[in-house]
Amino acid sequence: MNIPYTSTARPDTGLYNAKLGIWLFLASEVMLFGALFSTYILLRVNAVSWPHGYEILNVPLATLNTVVLISSSVTMVMAWASLMMKKFDKYKMYMGLTILLALVFLVVKYFEYSAKFEHHLYPSTNTFLAIYFTVTALHGLHIVGGVIVNAYLWGPGSKMWKTDPQRFTNRVEIAGLYWHFVDLVWIFLFPVLYLL
Amino acid sequence: MADETSKHNSQKQAEGVGVGTHADVHHEEHHHEVSFIRKYVFSTDHKVIGIQYGITSLLFLFFGFMLMMVMRWQLAYPGEPIPWIGLLLGADRAPDGIMLPEFYNQLGAMHGTIMVFLGVVPLAVGAFGNYVMPLQIGAIDMAFPKLNMMSYWVYFMGGVTMLVSFFLPGGAANSGWTSYAPLAVIATTGQTVWLIGMIFLITSSLLGSVNFIVTIIQLRTHGLTFMRLPFFVWAQFVTSFLLLLAFPPLEAAGILQLMDRVAGTSFFMPSGLVVSGIALPYTGGGSPLLWQHLFWFLAHPEVYVLILPAMGIVAEIIANNTRKPLWGYKSMVYAAIFLGFMSFVVWAHHMFMTGMGTTISAFFQTTTMIISIPSIIILTAFFLSLWGGSIRFTTPMLFALAFLPMFGIGGLTGLPLGLAPPDIHLHDTYYVIGHFHYVVAPGTLMALFAGIYYWYPKVTGRMMNDMLGKLHFWGSFIFLNGVFMPMFIQGLAGVSRRLYDGGEQYAHAQSVLQWNEVMSVSAWLLGLAQIPFIINFFLSAKKGKKAANNPWDATTLDMAATTSPPLAHGNFERVPDVHRPPYEYSVPGADRDFIPQHERTA
Amino acid sequence: MDTAHADDVKKTVRTYILVFVALMGLTVITVAISYLHLSVAAAITVALIVATVKASLVAMYFMHLVSERKAIYWTLALTAFFFILLMFLPIFSDQDSTRIFH
Repeated sequence: MNIPYTSTARPDTGLYNAKLGIWLFLASEVMLFGALFSTYILLRVNAVSWPHGYEILNVPLATLNTVVLISSSVTMVMAWASLMMKKFDKYKMYMGLTILLALVFLVVKYFEYSAKFEHHLYPSTNTFLAIYFTVTALHGLHIVGGVIVNAYLWGPGSKMWKTDPQRFTNRVEIAGLYWHFVDLVWIFLFPVLYLL
Repeated sequence: MADETSKHNSQKQAEGVGVGTHADVHHEEHHHEVSFIRKYVFSTDHKVIGIQYGITSLLFLFFGFMLMMVMRWQLAYPGEPIPWIGLLLGADRAPDGIMLPEFYNQLGAMHGTIMVFLGVVPLAVGAFGNYVMPLQIGAIDMAFPKLNMMSYWVYFMGGVTMLVSFFLPGGAANSGWTSYAPLAVIATTGQTVWLIGMIFLITSSLLGSVNFIVTIIQLRTHGLTFMRLPFFVWAQFVTSFLLLLAFPPLEAAGILQLMDRVAGTSFFMPSGLVVSGIALPYTGGGSPLLWQHLFWFLAHPEVYVLILPAMGIVAEIIANNTRKPLWGYKSMVYAAIFLGFMSFVVWAHHMFMTGMGTTISAFFQTTTMIISIPSIIILTAFFLSLWGGSIRFTTPMLFALAFLPMFGIGGLTGLPLGLAPPDIHLHDTYYVIGHFHYVVAPGTLMALFAGIYYWYPKVTGRMMNDMLGKLHFWGSFIFLNGVFMPMFIQGLAGVSRRLYDGGEQYAHAQSVLQWNEVMSVSAWLLGLAQIPFIINFFLSAKKGKKAANNPWDATTLDMAATTSPPLAHGNFERVPDVHRPPYEYSVPGADRDFIPQHERTA
Repeated sequence: MDTAHADDVKKTVRTYILVFVALMGLTVITVAISYLHLSVAAAITVALIVATVKASLVAMYFMHLVSERKAIYWTLALTAFFFILLMFLPIFSDQDSTRIFH
């Protein structure tokens, strides 16, 4: 049984199924993080006092992480572009780099968290830390999810390149769209939590 | 010109699919190796998944109803031991068979949760949507069959999680299905499990709604333009968008409440909270109102998630049994879209009593009055569709007809609640319970039963027994009203909801207290009235009259172009093209009183 | 047609590099400004403008929104509307309320 438009686009919509699917999924993600941002604003506006992020959090480390994540977004899009140019080896390299950068991000995050715990700063300490830990942990989980998907597409999943290159390229594009979204969320999280 | 290209493209699609389907059927014949588990348990076939959703959600509906029947004993005869099952419940729930208030609270919270999230929505969307929608649009399956399977199993796990919570120390969640903070944050462990269960259910509905939208946009067959979609498909389409965009804020809220409970944060905990004379160890600074906003941001659209598929089912059945095109199909479609859109902008009418300002109250009153317009357009279109028709009073039609006044009562009694001044009197009284139950129970449930009787022959290849069906209908119809109509009387007298003795301690309740017994007896008789349905449901699958492929002489693809029951794979022997609008009944000059959508010539 | 597409991709690779440089530049700018310790209102405005520009660059070029199909624009427009509604939530809960919970 072959579902139509898994690899080619439906002519009147110009989309293949998974692309529409991932955008719908991202739309729901926008609402998820939107609710969290809204929570942040509401709590901050109503708070008697609110610390500046840079007084508590480590800005240089977070800047490093921003650079790492943006770079991983570039390598991700390059991985897809390599497939479009039929260069599978280059794809492997760029995808590998993407996964590596994501892991760097997680390691840095780990050091950030453990530094906070060492100073006895926990989610329950105050509302600022509560939202910081909750939102960054949720974002971190999204990174972990992305790493798993990307690792699959880098490793066992890449066999599909031989059997159905079009569909495989689509899969990488979909994974990329998700990955860029995770990057995009961080682009907002970084100033909101650390710099303001 | 555009039409020509799309025709060309779709033709290609139809041929491609047709060939693929045949190849697949052959493949089946050669191998026959699809194991029982892959075929019936972890199936990726939308029809099997639809049936799984249907059976599971019916079981949950029945379970949720049983919780209510137990509660009704306590309301009718407060403090008296529950007969039969009282002693089985155990000393921490009902010592000597007499229900504890804490257990009553658990039953109340879980009745609401189970009915809404595990019963009605999975039945309306998961079961009917999954089974019928792909057939109606001429698709061979959903766009993402594996996600579809996952959606069901995640839902199933969510359901199991909810059930397990009854056996925890302290029992299941007991802060109402709305789980308002700070009460829910300091409640027993059951609440944590409730939140985890909800996260499962939200994930499931997310997977489902993405799948539905992609399927409807991408897999429509050749010639099936949006304005030729059966109204049922439109209803599912709008519903999916509501689920997609309204559920995530509740997921966020669930995560935050989980953090409050597990990690000791104070998202919903105000400063200086003292409970029973003890200051709670929360830093404070949170907002209990935030929970209500995020909860109702989902839960109001959720009302339309319940009602829109019901309207879709009723539309199909009314057109089919009046033998007329639906009156005002286009305005109904636009009304449904507008309804979905507006449902996001009315949530705070649940919160007039929270100390919210008058400006905001005025805003939400206005939007609430506006949203009643599309509902009334749809209801009016249904009534006008009946005008001048030669109605066939089949069992599904009886249920569909009952939906109209029942939903009408539910909707109209909502208007006073949507305006802040009367809401001050009626808020959190039995009037509210009566109102939304009229929408959901005599309203939506009637439509869902109609759908079961209507599509049963398509699913099983056999008709349901008409006599038992009518018995079921009249019993349900009478006793549903017996349960819910007195609630308006009690509510107008000011009796609060969630009282575990039904208001016995309150002077103002004394004059309406006798209705408690009437409602409870009606509820138990309503339970008895389901017996013919249960018998019918199982017996007809084996012994029912064999159904023709198009048992109701319908026009839509699900009935007219498929076999009964549809083929295991691919749904259609050959994927049909569509040549006409969905409800071409009694076309003048035609030789039959219906012309199926896929028929080329009149 | 496929090869023509590949040539397009080659051109867009250059765009990706440019976008990358812009994103890095903006990151440096936003961090640098934060060390100026502007007033809260000014800081929020600047930080959000920079973040929005960065996010738009990612969405437009990495996620190819510049050349996407109508169905996706519609979905995103709908989402944007409800997202904005969600952002009004703090105002809804605060406006001229009787403040019994604060």
